[in-house]
Amino acid sequence: MNRLARFGFYLLCGLIAAFLVLPLLVIVPLSFNPEPYFSFTPAMLQLDPSGWSVRWYREIAESAQWRLALRNSLSIAAVVTPLATLLGTMAALGLRRLPTRPRKMFAVIIASPLVVPVILFATGIYFFLAPLGLTQSFAGIILAHTALAAPYVVVTVGSTLTNFDERLLRAASILGSSPLAAFFKVTLPLIAPGIASGALFAFVTSFDEAVIALFLAGYDQRTIPLQMWSGVRDQLSPAVLAAATLMVLLVTIVMLAAMLIARSARSAGARR
Amino acid sequence: MNAASPSRAGLALVLPLVAFIAIAFLAPIATMLLRSVHDPEIAELMPRTRQALIRWDGTGVPQMATKAVTADLREASATNRIGRLAQRLNRERNGLRALIDVTVRHLEREPDTELTRIDRGWSDPDLWRILARVTSPWTGRHLLNALDVTVTADGALVRQEEARRLYVDLFLRTAWVAALVTLICALLGYPYAYAMAASGPSLRTLLLFLVLLPFWTSLLVRATAWIVLLQRRGVINEGLVAMGLVSETGRLDLIYNMTGTIIVMVHVLLPFFVLPLYSVMAGLPTSYVRASASLGAHPLRTFARVYLPLTYPGVAAGGLLVFILSLGYYVTPALVGGRTGQLISNQIAFHMQRSLNWGLAAALGTLLLLAVLLLALTLPRLAERGGLRA
Repeated sequence: MNRLARFGFYLLCGLIAAFLVLPLLVIVPLSFNPEPYFSFTPAMLQLDPSGWSVRWYREIAESAQWRLALRNSLSIAAVVTPLATLLGTMAALGLRRLPTRPRKMFAVIIASPLVVPVILFATGIYFFLAPLGLTQSFAGIILAHTALAAPYVVVTVGSTLTNFDERLLRAASILGSSPLAAFFKVTLPLIAPGIASGALFAFVTSFDEAVIALFLAGYDQRTIPLQMWSGVRDQLSPAVLAAATLMVLLVTIVMLAAMLIARSARSAGARR
Repeated sequence: MNAASPSRAGLALVLPLVAFIAIAFLAPIATMLLRSVHDPEIAELMPRTRQALIRWDGTGVPQMATKAVTADLREASATNRIGRLAQRLNRERNGLRALIDVTVRHLEREPDTELTRIDRGWSDPDLWRILARVTSPWTGRHLLNALDVTVTADGALVRQEEARRLYVDLFLRTAWVAALVTLICALLGYPYAYAMAASGPSLRTLLLFLVLLPFWTSLLVRATAWIVLLQRRGVINEGLVAMGLVSETGRLDLIYNMTGTIIVMVHVLLPFFVLPLYSVMAGLPTSYVRASASLGAHPLRTFARVYLPLTYPGVAAGGLLVFILSLGYYVTPALVGGRTGQLISNQIAFHMQRSLNWGLAAALGTLLLLAVLLLALTLPRLAERGGLRA
């Protein structure tokens, strides 16, 4: 009985895991569909090589729209990521030095973009930027994305800092190191993994963001999520599946890399 | 970085981000709140009318104001803004668009005709009361509209006529969907988080990977994947038809309706329930459970009386997160909800982008924000008072 219950339990968890991941895997073979449909053709099911094609990959690689979208997404993220990482890391370092009361108040302000629904932020920033002529501009999107991304950096760097031993800084100061030198030689190397994962969070937040872009981007600022949005809503073409497959692949690689880095950091920590 | 005054250095480090968020985030949100009660558009389109009606006593037809309206209409027409004005006024009272059109066309032919001679509509004192109200830049009518309440000509508040009552129902439906999604996430997420906490390191890494992969994948990619699976010619329906479980004509409507919205929202939000719950479960000492078992309690009893209460903080944190995120969800319903699976956020976007009723969009947003803040502030305290403490 106990065994049976155990088996049932793990079966249930297997089904939940399948629910989480299978939808993402189904799009992979379908993106090699030679026909403009979202379903398997008989030739594909027979695993006939001529029933598979890279047509849609070629289409997005050659499409000026997709290229523009990729360039826009990367350019926006290239500004948002360092800006959010810098502001967020500074804030995470500063919050620990404040007395409880102001610390809590500032923490609430910093976390507010995470709690408020994005659609309200998009609405508000549209009203806010329209009189300044900053809708349909990269500046507006970068401003909004940085506000959404920086709180994640504060959270990730902050959680690394909870394990940080302040006595190390006192030791550095006793040994004659200036506070600035101690920061670069002691603090920074120790919290680097937190900063790296915060930066990754910031990048993904900006790269995946659709709602702000929908409100603030004109044709020239179209991003990858917007390109996919119109691919799903208006023209339903398997080119979207090819793009989606590439994005799943990218996420998988980045996650595996992050896990390996975390593991090596842990074993390095154990050695120390 | 002066060690002697840690709090001044701290302030210098924190303030840049706080200032940034105040400008880039809080100011826009404040602008939205302001827009829900401040709508100067009609006042700007009819400046003379507004001046003329400010001191009107509200009886009869104000002679002063008729000339002001004539001048304002002529100017709006000359600057190509008459269409917008007619649209705005028509929203306040059905039929005003036609009245404006007729009047403007008549004034083009005979510029000096009295309004009341052009159309009898201008002799209606109710019309002038409405004009007096809508030319004021400060207004509560958007917030009232968002609650399905409208203002009559003499200023009384009444419920919208049946067919135009949309938003209270939509708010309730949004809350109901959020509750349902939270419940399903709890039922699926609890066993999964437990499996993560209870298994060995390699299985745990695998399970964590399987939860993080969708978590990190773009919302757009996930919506696309579910459309591929669930649509009428999608993978699931094709499979069911091929197996003969469903007839060719009896294909299931799994997407572009509320079912689709709920399935995909559960998929999107499940990691937000699992991750905080897992972190609570992983931190629990195993000694309580072992003590209960060694004292002879049945495993089910141990689970219900010892383990479950210990994990309440994780359930509360995950549940609150999922519920609040569901309340404001926009992307998923917009892509997979079809006509019937839309939530309050989609209505806000509709008024921002399509109907251009920005005051109403801001008012709906203000109410949504209030609901979210109220929940975010009160629920954790309620949970604490209810004994949901670790």
